[in-house]
Amino acid sequence: MDAEVSTRDGRLAAHARAPWHGLRLWLMSWPALLLSCALLTAMSLVGIGIGMLLVPPVLLAVRGLLNVYRDLISRWTGTEIERPYLPLPDTGTGLNGHVKRFVALMSDPATWRDWAWLAADPFVALFTASLSFLLVLYGVWGWLLAAFAGELIADAGGNDWYAWINVTRGYGDDTGARVETAALGVVFLAAGIVFGPALLRAYGRWGRLLLGPTEKSRLALRVRHLTETRSDAVDTSAAELRRIERDLHDGAQARLVAMGMSLGAIEHLLDRDPEKARLLLAQTRESSAKALGELRDLVRGIHPPVLADRGIGDAVKALALDHPLQVEVTVDLPGRAEPPVESAAYFAVSEILTNAAKHSGARRVWIDLRYESGMLRISVTDDGRGGARLDAGTGLRGIERRIGTFDGVLALNSPPGGPTLVTLELPCALSSPKTSLS
Amino acid sequence: MRVVLAEDLALLREGLVSLLETHGFEIAAAVDNGPSLLKALLDHRPDVAVVDVRLPPSFTDEGLQAALEARRQVPGLPVLVLSQYVEQLYARELLADGTGGIGYLLKDRVFDAAQFVDAIRRVAQGGTAMDPEVISRLVARGSRDEPLGRLTPREREVLELMAQGRSNAAIAQALVVTERAVTKHTANIFAKLDLAVSDDDNRRVLAVLAYLDH
Repeated sequence: MDAEVSTRDGRLAAHARAPWHGLRLWLMSWPALLLSCALLTAMSLVGIGIGMLLVPPVLLAVRGLLNVYRDLISRWTGTEIERPYLPLPDTGTGLNGHVKRFVALMSDPATWRDWAWLAADPFVALFTASLSFLLVLYGVWGWLLAAFAGELIADAGGNDWYAWINVTRGYGDDTGARVETAALGVVFLAAGIVFGPALLRAYGRWGRLLLGPTEKSRLALRVRHLTETRSDAVDTSAAELRRIERDLHDGAQARLVAMGMSLGAIEHLLDRDPEKARLLLAQTRESSAKALGELRDLVRGIHPPVLADRGIGDAVKALALDHPLQVEVTVDLPGRAEPPVESAAYFAVSEILTNAAKHSGARRVWIDLRYESGMLRISVTDDGRGGARLDAGTGLRGIERRIGTFDGVLALNSPPGGPTLVTLELPCALSSPKTSLS
Repeated sequence: MRVVLAEDLALLREGLVSLLETHGFEIAAAVDNGPSLLKALLDHRPDVAVVDVRLPPSFTDEGLQAALEARRQVPGLPVLVLSQYVEQLYARELLADGTGGIGYLLKDRVFDAAQFVDAIRRVAQGGTAMDPEVISRLVARGSRDEPLGRLTPREREVLELMAQGRSNAAIAQALVVTERAVTKHTANIFAKLDLAVSDDDNRRVLAVLAYLDH
């Protein structure tokens, strides 16, 4: 019931806001016009060289303005527009660097599409986004005419039409025309409000057409992302291997060497001093138990047994059971994700829990795992003091990088005073659950 | 006493067979995978089963699943589960039916043959044998809260041994005190935790485990 009311309120609000948003989008074409004049001037100077120095800063200003467009269109029209620009090469500050930057900017297809936008948008915006505002304005003008402006125009000897109604001589005694004008005004105003959201959506599609990335630049951006995450992944796994090597070297391997030495000593002592040999044997057994314990911890850190046996849901439950905080886990997963995704998700949750215990002062934590629209979605909420930041050395950035390998994203919501909510989303396919043996 | 044994590594399986035979157990079947374990358990109805958690063909918790399934069909069938790792989650699942006759130990415990055999006998008689590691983690987690935090260190020790499934006599031996002292400690523990006192060892253990694992 409440939800119904609120969506209806939301729709009404969208209709009421659409004309304003349209107007603001259209008004932005004025600074855009200035910038496109500046750009034309700079381009015309390329022939004599100075242009090469002038074009890049102007283009970057254009990009800044168009990014504002992208954000506003994404926010107001519901059409998400990504930034299409290819990364600029790292050029020096010398003349050579300026030329290189100029060439890089000019060879980015997004530059030319930006230009096309600057040229065409004032007209397109007029007939889409701001049309609803103009209709509302025209409706109000109708009322003003009917109320008094018609007479004023007539007195001043002016000439005007409202739609098909001639108001040159004022309305005089023609009440019919006056009512007709007011009624038409209502129709225009209503049309502006009713069609506002649809017009905004049309404008959003236009925005995506020119402001969004082309297939080519989308691919280029994707390649860049993949390159980054791949090198992150390689770095992480290399560091992991080094850690494992060190742990084995200092732990189990060293213990086995010590055990071998003790066994040699025991062999030696067996006849001469059986009592001492017995003592040494007991120590050796203890040592072997310790070595096993260390190997166990090591394996748990590489791939926890419950994760291998049962998958992410039960693994997080097992994690919760061992955690010093009171952790509640709800799982709604119809199957199992691929092992690498499960592992990344598991260690991410484990690290978030460690963070919560270390930094948040929380007493309770709630973890929710579910699968929705192709995403493994994990949210971790604690009742701590909040104020967590991604860049405060809390390791959240590291988690983000590691799940980035799987195109996963991390969102943090941690207002001062709490609660802290960390959400992970990992795109993945689920396999059907393994049939238990029976 | 007839035993069904499930362990996929031949070396370990043979080691366990010879260990059990030297202690007077009769090996009804020694299998190396999940499906034949379930079949052996249902066919032989052994006095006790010794089962490795991870078994072929899937190399996941197949042994545990087979043991749980067998206990669903034969309630109270005594099972001692061995594992490279102990997980509270699995301990909880094994104990869930509350009928006892359950053991869950690290494979390392086999090193101490006397204790290991004692654990098997205890499980076969419907008792409990929980690995000290499971119990200490349970107690560590619970001891932040009242009333577990009110136990004296000694009482905590007694509680841990009790939760592992040891009898008063065994606890007294382990702590080098008299059995009467242990009886006094257990009475105190039960009073502090507000649990009903029971003379039956098994029921006592299960009550403590249920308390720790609430």
